[in-house]
Amino acid sequence: MPPIITHHTVVQYVFDGSFPGLLTAVFESYAARHDIVTLFEQDKVRNNFFDPVIIITTAPEKALRVWNGLKKKLTTAQQVQYYSAFLAEDTVIIQQLFNYARYVFDHAAGAAANYGHPAVMAVQQMAQKVSRERHRMTAFVRFQKTAAGLYVSAVEPDYNVLPLICKHFKDRYADQQWMIYDGKRKYGIYYDLQTIHEVQIEAAAPGAIVHAAEILPDASEALYSTLWKDYFKSTHIKERKNTKLHIRHVPKRYWRHLTEKQPD
Amino acid sequence: MERIREKLTILADAAKYDVSCASSGSNRKNTKGGVGDTGSGICHSYAEDGRCVSLLKILLTNFCIYDCAFCISRKSNQIKRAAFTVKEVVDLTMNFYRRNYIEGLFLSSGIFKNADYTMERMLAIVKKLRLEENYNGYIHLKTIPGASQELVAEAGLYADRMSINLEMPTEAGLKAVAPEKSHTEVRRQLATVNHQLVRFDDERRIIRSVPKFVPAGQSTQMVVGATPETDWQVLHTAAEFYNTYALKRVYYSGYIPINTDERVPMLNSQPPLMREHRLYQADWLMRFYGFAADEIVNATQPHLELEVDPKLSWALRHPQFFPVDLNRADFKTMIRVPGIGRQSAQKIIATRQFGKIYVHQLKKMGIAYNRAQYFVTCTDALNRYTDKDPQHMRALILKTGQSKYTALLAPQLPLF
Repeated sequence: MPPIITHHTVVQYVFDGSFPGLLTAVFESYAARHDIVTLFEQDKVRNNFFDPVIIITTAPEKALRVWNGLKKKLTTAQQVQYYSAFLAEDTVIIQQLFNYARYVFDHAAGAAANYGHPAVMAVQQMAQKVSRERHRMTAFVRFQKTAAGLYVSAVEPDYNVLPLICKHFKDRYADQQWMIYDGKRKYGIYYDLQTIHEVQIEAAAPGAIVHAAEILPDASEALYSTLWKDYFKSTHIKERKNTKLHIRHVPKRYWRHLTEKQPD
Repeated sequence: MERIREKLTILADAAKYDVSCASSGSNRKNTKGGVGDTGSGICHSYAEDGRCVSLLKILLTNFCIYDCAFCISRKSNQIKRAAFTVKEVVDLTMNFYRRNYIEGLFLSSGIFKNADYTMERMLAIVKKLRLEENYNGYIHLKTIPGASQELVAEAGLYADRMSINLEMPTEAGLKAVAPEKSHTEVRRQLATVNHQLVRFDDERRIIRSVPKFVPAGQSTQMVVGATPETDWQVLHTAAEFYNTYALKRVYYSGYIPINTDERVPMLNSQPPLMREHRLYQADWLMRFYGFAADEIVNATQPHLELEVDPKLSWALRHPQFFPVDLNRADFKTMIRVPGIGRQSAQKIIATRQFGKIYVHQLKKMGIAYNRAQYFVTCTDALNRYTDKDPQHMRALILKTGQSKYTALLAPQLPLF
């Protein structure tokens, strides 16, 4: 006989880790009247042996219904915060996002402004961290121009922020082809003068012919990267040297992709 | 390649004493087929002194007909001189911008031949960027003292921000170190641009297609510590210029001795970094926290305290306004509490609709409770400090934390 689940029971949900998956989990918890849910991502399961486990199958139409519901209750800024916090790819915040959605649905519109609520506070704080990383990526991307005219850049952001910076780069560099590649998450965004595509780079198979123009730097590249390094050195006032502050603003983990931090 | 490298080194080195690097406040968006936009500003890197690198900050030339005692490029200095061509500045800006190195261009200049000749060259650069390169990124243009009103007004059509430096906080101070310059000339330039700004804004209300004119407004800069003005004089000048010319920013630059001249502090004396920091804090209090200059410093206490920040200093001098009840106080009252900023105050007000405020919530919201506890009450915190004498409270607060600046306080030698 299967265990009887009442709404007082703790139920464990396992989902696929995607954003629609999270929203589907919220949907199912209402459909099945599960009030107390602990949420786990597939492959990262650390569930206990006592509480019943339910596998959530991601359903786009259910996810969309939940998202539309959230949109009615959240301001635009709060919607962005919700999605941003999700991009942190953090197991603790997944649970808070679930609780946040439940809390918002169970209360009148405006509840998401209650910073006294633990889930609201947690989501807001995580969104702030992700937003800071998003901002850093708008700053620390350094393009190198290739002979083919493509501007390429590699980054390794702490959080998965490429979806949040697409628009910024598209608006700004509308007349040049560019690509930003996330080396940590092994995907990039590529702009072809029309739209942005998500791209994956596969290591070229041995013996494969790689189009030389794609890798050769443009003739101007050496000049301008050198000038930039010169400028970076000249603009520093040595009487005010403050290494601690410098490193706080530009943490060392970002240095390997910054042109001005490369040796001459 | 070697020549352009040398030029850039000389002309970036000479421009670095202008502290403004703001790239925010403009609303210029990219045009079809163009490159660049502006918005909330981005610091693309930070120099080793911890200052933000947002704009390509260069002089057009460091040749100068003036001989100001505080300036590295003054006529009587034996230094290497150089000048960029219009094309060189445009190429540098475009190539740096396209590689996402910078947010825009900050163009200043020494004065060669005369003011109008220099201003014309600068105007040629910004026009070429905007009209030929379709460049819509940020441009900060320094106006040249003595340049004609027509040139200044035309430049405003292409720049996002314009500025001209007061250099010293008072006219008397300026006359002592730069006899050829005057605050009157600075006022004339600021007024010209501000007048146009207001006119364009008025017209835009009727006709939407009126072109942009200096959308990020004007700013100025004062050197502190080169001449003997008090903080009271500095903040008074700042407040007056904010009011009269609707400036967006006043920058304070702690004087770094670069020339041997008996009119300014001698070489190798310590730049007054702590004083500069306190002035910026006071500036923020005036612009965002509703403080008047006279509340921060006054005739009886003409200098900012270096030991504590100006808000805390004010709070300790005015125990009659405390403690503040966070369950009732309005926004204006709350932001005057040391340890509570504008964002925290907004969060407290938002949260109050859902119930009473507790200490653990305050800590989560990002309030510096260690500091604020002496000045507030809330549901589960009755203030134990209301009867304490301010000197005693100051000692208590200084004991907890603050060590961030002790190193800076120690070498602060009196300059006069």
